[in-house]
Amino acid sequence: MLLKIGFFMPKSLLPITSNGNFWRQMTNNITQTTLKNGMKIMLKEIHTAPIISSWMWYRVGSRDEPTGKTGVSHWTEHMQFKGTKKFPANMLDKFISREGGRWNASTSHDSTRYYETMPADKIDLALRLEADRMMNSIFDAKEVASERTVIISEREGHENEPLFKLSEAMHQAAFRVHPYHHEIIGDKADLHTITRDDLYNHYRAYYVPNNATLTMAGDFETKAMLKRIKELFEPIPKGATPPRLIRPEPEQNGEVRFSVEGPGETTFIQIAYRFPIASHPDYFPLQVLDSLLGGASGLSYKTSRFYRSLVDTEYAVDVSAWSEATIDPYLYRIAITNHPKRSPEEILAVFDSEIKKIQDELVSKAEITRAVKQACAVFAYSSENITNQAFWMGYAEIFATYDWFVKYLDSLAKVTPKDIQRVAREYFQPNKRVVGTYIPKGLEA
Amino acid sequence: MAKRTTKPVKPSLPSSEDIYRATLPNGIIVLARANFSNPSISMGGYLPAGSIFESDKKLGLADFVASSLMRGTQKRGFDSIYNELESVGASLGFDSGVHNVSFGGRALVEDLPLLLKLLSESLRTPTFPNDEVEKLRAQLLTGLSLRAQDTSDMAGLEFDRMLFDDHPYGRPGDGFVETIQAITRDDMEEFHRRYFGPKGMIIALVGAIEPKKAVDAIARVLGGWQVADQVSAPELPQHKPIKKTVKHHHKIAGKTQSDLVIGTIGPRRRDPEFISASLGNSVLGQFGMMGRIGDVVREKSGLAYYASSSLHAGTGPGTWDVSAGVNPKNLAKAIGLIEKELRRFVKSGVTKEELADSQANYIGRLPLSLESNGGVTNAILNIERYGLGLDYYPRYESMVRVVTRADVLETARKYINPDRLVISTAGP
Repeated sequence: MLLKIGFFMPKSLLPITSNGNFWRQMTNNITQTTLKNGMKIMLKEIHTAPIISSWMWYRVGSRDEPTGKTGVSHWTEHMQFKGTKKFPANMLDKFISREGGRWNASTSHDSTRYYETMPADKIDLALRLEADRMMNSIFDAKEVASERTVIISEREGHENEPLFKLSEAMHQAAFRVHPYHHEIIGDKADLHTITRDDLYNHYRAYYVPNNATLTMAGDFETKAMLKRIKELFEPIPKGATPPRLIRPEPEQNGEVRFSVEGPGETTFIQIAYRFPIASHPDYFPLQVLDSLLGGASGLSYKTSRFYRSLVDTEYAVDVSAWSEATIDPYLYRIAITNHPKRSPEEILAVFDSEIKKIQDELVSKAEITRAVKQACAVFAYSSENITNQAFWMGYAEIFATYDWFVKYLDSLAKVTPKDIQRVAREYFQPNKRVVGTYIPKGLEA
Repeated sequence: MAKRTTKPVKPSLPSSEDIYRATLPNGIIVLARANFSNPSISMGGYLPAGSIFESDKKLGLADFVASSLMRGTQKRGFDSIYNELESVGASLGFDSGVHNVSFGGRALVEDLPLLLKLLSESLRTPTFPNDEVEKLRAQLLTGLSLRAQDTSDMAGLEFDRMLFDDHPYGRPGDGFVETIQAITRDDMEEFHRRYFGPKGMIIALVGAIEPKKAVDAIARVLGGWQVADQVSAPELPQHKPIKKTVKHHHKIAGKTQSDLVIGTIGPRRRDPEFISASLGNSVLGQFGMMGRIGDVVREKSGLAYYASSSLHAGTGPGTWDVSAGVNPKNLAKAIGLIEKELRRFVKSGVTKEELADSQANYIGRLPLSLESNGGVTNAILNIERYGLGLDYYPRYESMVRVVTRADVLETARKYINPDRLVISTAGP
């Protein structure tokens, strides 16, 4: 399927302070329940358009993949579009598309999710499809063979990009032990050797109702919808608790630097600091810190501290920064497109002085309020769309609980200038970071 | 199927009933539609100051000007403009095409006055500060060096060049290194003075505001804009016909994947056969998993992650093309499969079932494309730009249903000749 590798969440997802009613409307009136087989259900009625969006979340991603089987989660996701007896491969797309539906899937470090957004009166098809492919996908050997070359082609497309090469090397350098060390698409060696049975076993182990959450938003009536969900999903037997690969990354002692070479004329730098898990109390001050340094996701970031210190001053032609909400400790990354007149050392020196500044000088309260308002607006835009609303409901469930999402406003409002300084000092330490440089070898490389 | 007790919501399609259209005394056309289900607004529009006015030596000038509009105005500098916007989580941006400079923005409705004020200042009183222009030039040049390394961008750029030759549509809007280096600040000022003005400008606003109030708000900031000698765009020249299939490979060393674009001229957006062409294209390379092209190149052969066809229809002649990313060693095979599909398409058209599927898809997906304020803004701008009529969306279902297999076949044959294709590839 046309998936997006890594479904990045906006850097901050904050409620509307200027319109508290909006946020309450957004987070209230959600029906949550768990079926007898352990499947979690979250339903939210929204009667603004005749549309329903349904998301099926499985707690499995590249985090669960051992060496030799990297990419198996993503490939399994592709195979979920290859048919069951009831919904054969060549008919699946037709069934959804001719009803005017939109569907897709994505695999992240921690989860694999499938969605269908349909005209409201057609959503039953999506539910029947998801119930069926939770246990009846065929994984035909011929389809596996053809998908192998499709995924290798997908990877080769990524390899064309300098930033993919840099990012892949960054994960390798930052994670020696933890499975976050490989790209979600997997290593090419494994894409050549993973078998049909590897895929099928992965599917059977993780695609069980007690490892799944269904979130739905849109134009339905909760009681009737819940009844239908029970009819379709409750007969699916509970499975064994899926295995987890637990390999914590040991502490980093000293800065790691690496370089990657490739074609082109532009140099890129990527810097990674270690960030805590999303349910850690420091996650919220770090989100505000990220807004100040790199700007709010979904908006221009020309007044962010990194932009002002690096791009306005012509050390870089662009800079962006982002983190991800994850189950295990992950990274805060800063990507810099170097100005052709500047050396990587000059750029890093300016970058370091900006980090030092935020560690030495307290930020103002006004800066924090501003970051909150920015993210509020981004969240309002995102919620115009019913697909997004169903997405947000399930999102926090993967690494925390829905409560994390409901309390987001409170958690952010509590952040103080001193919190920001403390987390800046604690997490932005040079001996705990990784710095990678993409060195262009010219047009004939 | 779940039984419901509440009444289902009816689709609310933009129509003459709820799109408010007004012409300001200076000629600016304003379109507005309310949506109170969310506290935000979306704004978009364009004015006729595109790359059609550029000389070959200054390619990229319109784009450079559009990118500079928010780098400084008579009232405030770059940092102040963005500080005002970003502090409230609003956004505003400009872009350029062959015909128009376009703009778009969004904000919480309480910040609409700010958004419109900055739009007006950027359009009317940009100052093109020297240091900002030079910063931007370095950024544009880096963009061009990245473009030179991008197999998809370069296959597309060469495709347009071969298909349209010296027609304005054959030139890249972001120019070339030497043309970006040749553009002066004076060129930018002059371009702005000659071509920017209220004549031909359209602006649409959708969100949590009464339409009449939206028009008033726009009139307050842009109603006084007068440009006496605003130059009108020249007629679009004819493009040369393609007489035989032409192929070109653009070499980019060190790449693991090649991109290909194969295609020809397509209809204009306002041509009567546009919907037939669009439905035909859906069968060819869109419906489900990228239609027949996706089925043959991806599903059956496993050659590509993406392989689809597209119809790009605008003011002038459009393009109808197939694109894919494949391993370099499979390039010839993929091209062969695509050519075969194009031959089949013009020989026997689409089946009854295929057409019915795409028709159902077009009708069913309409509410989805119109659920966000941004989606509605684009929809009503298209209505205005291509003269589709304010009741285009209520009429849409019947316009789609009326298309027959014979219509699709006739349209396919009118545009696609498998012996007269442009085949552009880029990669190692």
